[in-house]
Amino acid sequence: MTAFLRKLWSANTVALTFLSMVLAVLIGALLIIVSDADVLAKFGYFTARPSDAIESSWAVVSTAYADLLKGAFGDPQVFSAWFAGTATWQQAFAPLSETLTYAAPMVFTGLSVALAFRGGLFNIGAQGQAVLGCVAAGIAGFTFGLPVVLNLLVALIAGVVGGALWGFIPGFLKARTGAHEVITTIMLNYSAGLFLSWLVIQQGIQAPGRTDAISKTVAETAQLPSPGGVLRVHLGIILAVLVTAGVSWLLNRSAFGFELRAVGANPHAAKTAGIGVGRTYVLLMAIAGGLAGLGGATQVLGTAHALTPAVAGNIGFDGLLVALLGRNRPWGTLFAALLFGALRAGGDRMQSFASISLELVTVLQALIVIFIAAPALVKAIFRLRAARATGLGASLAKG
Amino acid sequence: MSTATVEEPTEVVAAPEPFWTRQRRLGLALILLGGLAAAVFGALAPSEDARFTLSENAEGAALSINGQYGAVLFGVLALVAGGALFAGLLKRWSNALLSAGILAFVLSFLCWQVAGEFMPLVDTTDGTLQLALPLILGALAGVLGERSGVVNVAIEGQFLMGAFAGALVGTMATSVWVGLVSAAVGGMIIAGILAVLSIRYLVDQTVVGMVLNLFALGITGFLYERLMQPDAPTYNTPPQMPEWRIPGLADIPVVGPVLFEANLLVWVALGLVVVIHFGLSRTRWGLRTRAVGEHPTAADTVGIRVRGLRYMNVLLGGVVAGIGGAYFTLVATGSFTKNMTAGAGFIALAALIFGRYTPFGAFGAALFFGFAQKLATYLGAIDSPVPSQFLNMLPYLATLIAVAGLVGRVRAPAADGLPYIKG
Repeated sequence: MTAFLRKLWSANTVALTFLSMVLAVLIGALLIIVSDADVLAKFGYFTARPSDAIESSWAVVSTAYADLLKGAFGDPQVFSAWFAGTATWQQAFAPLSETLTYAAPMVFTGLSVALAFRGGLFNIGAQGQAVLGCVAAGIAGFTFGLPVVLNLLVALIAGVVGGALWGFIPGFLKARTGAHEVITTIMLNYSAGLFLSWLVIQQGIQAPGRTDAISKTVAETAQLPSPGGVLRVHLGIILAVLVTAGVSWLLNRSAFGFELRAVGANPHAAKTAGIGVGRTYVLLMAIAGGLAGLGGATQVLGTAHALTPAVAGNIGFDGLLVALLGRNRPWGTLFAALLFGALRAGGDRMQSFASISLELVTVLQALIVIFIAAPALVKAIFRLRAARATGLGASLAKG
Repeated sequence: MSTATVEEPTEVVAAPEPFWTRQRRLGLALILLGGLAAAVFGALAPSEDARFTLSENAEGAALSINGQYGAVLFGVLALVAGGALFAGLLKRWSNALLSAGILAFVLSFLCWQVAGEFMPLVDTTDGTLQLALPLILGALAGVLGERSGVVNVAIEGQFLMGAFAGALVGTMATSVWVGLVSAAVGGMIIAGILAVLSIRYLVDQTVVGMVLNLFALGITGFLYERLMQPDAPTYNTPPQMPEWRIPGLADIPVVGPVLFEANLLVWVALGLVVVIHFGLSRTRWGLRTRAVGEHPTAADTVGIRVRGLRYMNVLLGGVVAGIGGAYFTLVATGSFTKNMTAGAGFIALAALIFGRYTPFGAFGAALFFGFAQKLATYLGAIDSPVPSQFLNMLPYLATLIAVAGLVGRVRAPAADGLPYIKG
């Protein structure tokens, strides 16, 4: 038993992840306190009556985090109202539905980054690839007018192809000229964003009769099915689980997965062993791009239903964090995306109920990942015993 | 005769130069661009005068040229410059030829666009420099870090933190100078986290940089919504940086009002370009920085403190980028808004790479990108058919082409991005 406890309190993956979250939440609490003028005023006479300051700090922080949890997983009051018959089950499960809705696109972009990472590539371009996925899926969604199922399939495939094209470019440049993918993907991200903002105001794309930047609405047959009402969750999350399983198979069971892991571990050795490094880079980036494109497609076909300049939101960069938190493993990425989806959904409620800015969620996410990425820092803070090496294995080449 | 050795006659043969040298490729690109300009821009341009006024409006002296005639003329000039490059004429002046060719191409484009309209040169030059200011400072911050081997993709985060701290503290202290110093400190905080995590804790530098960008976006956005939005007068009305006029010099046409009737940041940015260039190439600090960036093990062997120098350079970079961030709140606009830098940090990164990691190169690239942005707003104002989004894309595409080595490869410092572990 003590051996188990001691093992628990060592620098293993679970402990590090948990402690990183604890640290992030603590820093978040500190931010909530220092940004609240009323509470700060009470700290003005801290030495005279410390209880005032501490109580009000506790009150503001606990309300905020309670709202975060309720918004992410469900409000016990609404659940009891449902049991009492005064609320519907849809209302009770609405928070969970929001969590899954936010998580779905992040699973895809996270997988995109994670897969590329395993091949030794840092795909910062998930954002741009997701944007292209949005564009292709959106256009396919309101253009073809195919019958049910087929229309959705075509739109999803279009999203994959759009993202794959945008991912192919940096892969090809890396293979052919050695141009570093970090730089090329950053450049392609912003090019994609500008392209989208140009595209949505073009004739034939822009919604008729609108002067603002919004495209036509995706045909209903091309939208991802959803229960509707307050439940925004859609088929995308199930697709995400399936794709995670697929990526997991690709990475761990397929010949290409072996090749890409070999290239990621040591490109020189892989080349000596007869693996086409350049070919692997190109294919890997195209697949990663396709995954991110699928993320963009779920965003358009699942929730947004029309293109706007900000339709992709921040899902590509969120995918970056998700992949890092999931330690670049497919199932880890899925869980990380669910966690981030929960934070995001809870953040919405926190913003409207406790009037704490949604940006706190961004801070928490970034902090968690910073601590995850620097296990030595967390170890030093909590004085953990060393366990077997954890953290981001593959150090990347120069950028 | 057991030890007899046969010496084979070795002859030093110079490797035959490949046909597609950098000059040739650049020349071909210019020929194509020039041809395109002469044919397409010339055909599209209306046969009306394009006026480039020497003032801030339509009044006063102006250089004017028939739009169609000018578009063709400058297009042909670009073609000729490209041809000279391609043929290998004037080898010593190849860089000048390249610049002249690009300039001619831009002028051809302008003749087409401005025909029938006017373009105020002072306003354009001033706008270019102002838009380029944060890019120059950000790119210089990058130069400091990357030349000593630390990749800095967190320029965007440093900008945001600088802009935010400048606005917040500047307002609370009601002093623009206190604001400027806090902006520098703000940039330095992000740089400090970057330095500690990447140098001490050996976290991948690009990863840290990207995460720090999001962190800065989150924390400034959070505090903006919690503090600044509810109470802007107390927290978000920073005093603006004054414009100083140097009598005499400010009367020079075009250059005068741009350079000598300006805010302090203009001179800081221009000065830093020279100082950092001189420092890198002529001082002990510069030699050591370059040594650490190219071959840290060798530098360590001769007694240079690799990590110490990297810490110092990254922090200095944070100061410079933070000052660049101050531009957004203390010069360009009178208040902070969420995500107000909107990717400028990445254009600065592009300028750094496009400028081949050198101060003057970064400066030139930043001016070029600033001009593209200014042109985008100008073309928007005259209802040009060229969409502004594509001009705003120019920095990214230019950098993409540059790193892809389509026209001359950009080479990063050898140890850029690699943590140094003392062995």
